[in-house]
Amino acid sequence: MSLTETTYWVVGASFALYVLIAIRSRAGSTQEFYVAGKGIHPVANGMATAADWMSAASFISMAGLIGLSYNGYGGSVFLMGWTGGYVILAMLIAPYLRKYGKFTVPEFIGDRYYSDAARVVAVICLIICSVTYVIGQMKGIGVAFSRFLETDYETGLFSGMLIVFFYAVLGGMKGITYTQIAQFCVLIFAYTVPAIFISLQLTGQPIPQLGLGSTLADGTYLLEKLDRTLLDLGFQEYTTSVRGSTLNMAAFTASLMIGTAGLPHVIIRFFTVPTVQAARTSAGWALVFIAILYTTAPAVAAMARLNIIQTLEPQPGQHLAIEERPAWFKNWERTGLLGIEDKNEDGLIQYSADTETNELVTLDNDILVLANPEIANLPNWVIALVAAGGLAAALSTAAGLLLAISSSISHDLLKRTLMPHISERQELFASRLAMAAAVLGAGYLGLNPPGFAAGTVALAFGLAAASLFPALLLGIFSTRVTREGAILGMLSGIGVTLAYVFQHKGIMFIPGTSFLGELPPNWFLGIEPNAFGVVGAIVNFGVTLGVTRLTPAPPDSVQQLVEEIRVPASL
Amino acid sequence: MMDFSSMHAHGATCMVEADQKAVRQIYWRENRRWMLTLGSIWFAVSLGCGVLWVEPLNQIQLGGFKLGFWFAQQGAIYTFIALIFVYARVMARLEARLGLGEQEG
Repeated sequence: MSLTETTYWVVGASFALYVLIAIRSRAGSTQEFYVAGKGIHPVANGMATAADWMSAASFISMAGLIGLSYNGYGGSVFLMGWTGGYVILAMLIAPYLRKYGKFTVPEFIGDRYYSDAARVVAVICLIICSVTYVIGQMKGIGVAFSRFLETDYETGLFSGMLIVFFYAVLGGMKGITYTQIAQFCVLIFAYTVPAIFISLQLTGQPIPQLGLGSTLADGTYLLEKLDRTLLDLGFQEYTTSVRGSTLNMAAFTASLMIGTAGLPHVIIRFFTVPTVQAARTSAGWALVFIAILYTTAPAVAAMARLNIIQTLEPQPGQHLAIEERPAWFKNWERTGLLGIEDKNEDGLIQYSADTETNELVTLDNDILVLANPEIANLPNWVIALVAAGGLAAALSTAAGLLLAISSSISHDLLKRTLMPHISERQELFASRLAMAAAVLGAGYLGLNPPGFAAGTVALAFGLAAASLFPALLLGIFSTRVTREGAILGMLSGIGVTLAYVFQHKGIMFIPGTSFLGELPPNWFLGIEPNAFGVVGAIVNFGVTLGVTRLTPAPPDSVQQLVEEIRVPASL
Repeated sequence: MMDFSSMHAHGATCMVEADQKAVRQIYWRENRRWMLTLGSIWFAVSLGCGVLWVEPLNQIQLGGFKLGFWFAQQGAIYTFIALIFVYARVMARLEARLGLGEQEG
């Protein structure tokens, strides 16, 4: 069977599984549609959260971001930032919101800050964060299809939309939860199998996490060898090259951490477990499942980078002839992820940090994960599995985001603000309608990606960190914070962050409209735009607390609500 | 005639309420203490060992890893997992001790 045929079979089988689950888990009530009936086991919810959380970016791009763009150590911001947030979630957010026990994040903000205006502002912040995020997933679906199944981008996108439409509209959170569990199994298997093989080949150690610290066949440590090789090629040392400055790395890590704890599609996953204690352990399980991928990724990054360099230059000074390049190399050249240009016309490929003489002119981040199985000579079914895994990662995150968007529209805007008298059946119908509209809207944005589609995932975290996280945290830990404080805080946090990003990357990311330029010398304290969420959050905290001092305390009922959510037992 | 029994019941409720308030205060104080302790460890292994103190730690070798690099790409994540499970455990115990646990429903 050819590779494309195998891939069709494997991807087709995984899709059939998702449809089967969807048919078996239709939602019969709003409680099932929004929070899966609050009956999900904490370990199962941990798995679903892991799939919800790990997007196409984590699966396809992260190892490459670490290994190539951020040159090793600099990429640690993603590893620590995207996992450390779970500690904040487990200790500061999830148990209390689970105790509160309703359906959405804006609903909590609206009730805690006793105001429809606060609810609506929270809905707006939620939609800005989630839409920025979902565009990346829709693109991921289209790209994965076109690379592996050789369909065009549109066909791929429509197939993905159809499948999400099916299980998200029918089953809501219930359908999404069970498909996410299946998707987690597919994606984690697809990620770890090639990693184990590449680790075995390079170091003889089957566990990639240990292989990263092991010795190569020639007795030198893998990381030491990589450091030396990169220095010889004119790059910085792999294990010590800092991204920007220490302050920038700290700000980037902190933004991703608090963004994680403020992203609504992650928070609502903890509304689906039966108890407060289950919300805490469930966050732990989620991180266990996430860590399987997140501790493997740095090993894949270092090993695949070394592998590629050694393919191009087996011994120092001995370069690979263009004529003799392996089949996988030619395959990925066709997709545009790899590109060579024989600048000195010697028929050999010279890879170096110097852009003048470097002949590996295109080396896309995604190549480290996507080409890994072929570089390691693994059988076709493993390569097909990577395709199914990438799609599982993109679909599961897209579905979670779409649920967060649609429930905030049907529940917070419609039921809680505009039409409070509709019946439950009508609301369930409205929630299905909102979900259908969200899928179509996301599909439209996937087909016509706005100029800012690239690199938006990290931005979504900055926005969540600057807007929703402080409102949630203060809402739980202070009985005194007022609605005026929270509303102005959210608006100024998201405003400052958007303004900073726009002034460096263009208004709505339109090239040429950035009035301060994208270059590091223009950055505030050397902090890059993607890392600015933490500054936005500080502004939000400051404004909220300042305004609170000037406004009258919240009513007693609100102070009682806060007391109530702090303890697991009901009063 | 005064309804003595209902007055008595009212007094008892007041006392229970006062007790409950004290119990909740103890609970919240303990909770904050754990959050602070575990939160400091959280900060120390990630932003501390992984970013701020990475250079001195890199002078120490752990197998094939420089120690600071290992914290940033492996160690911090393992510690995070441990922190969450420790927190869940101590809170469950605290709630059982103070009678604030929830009934599985």
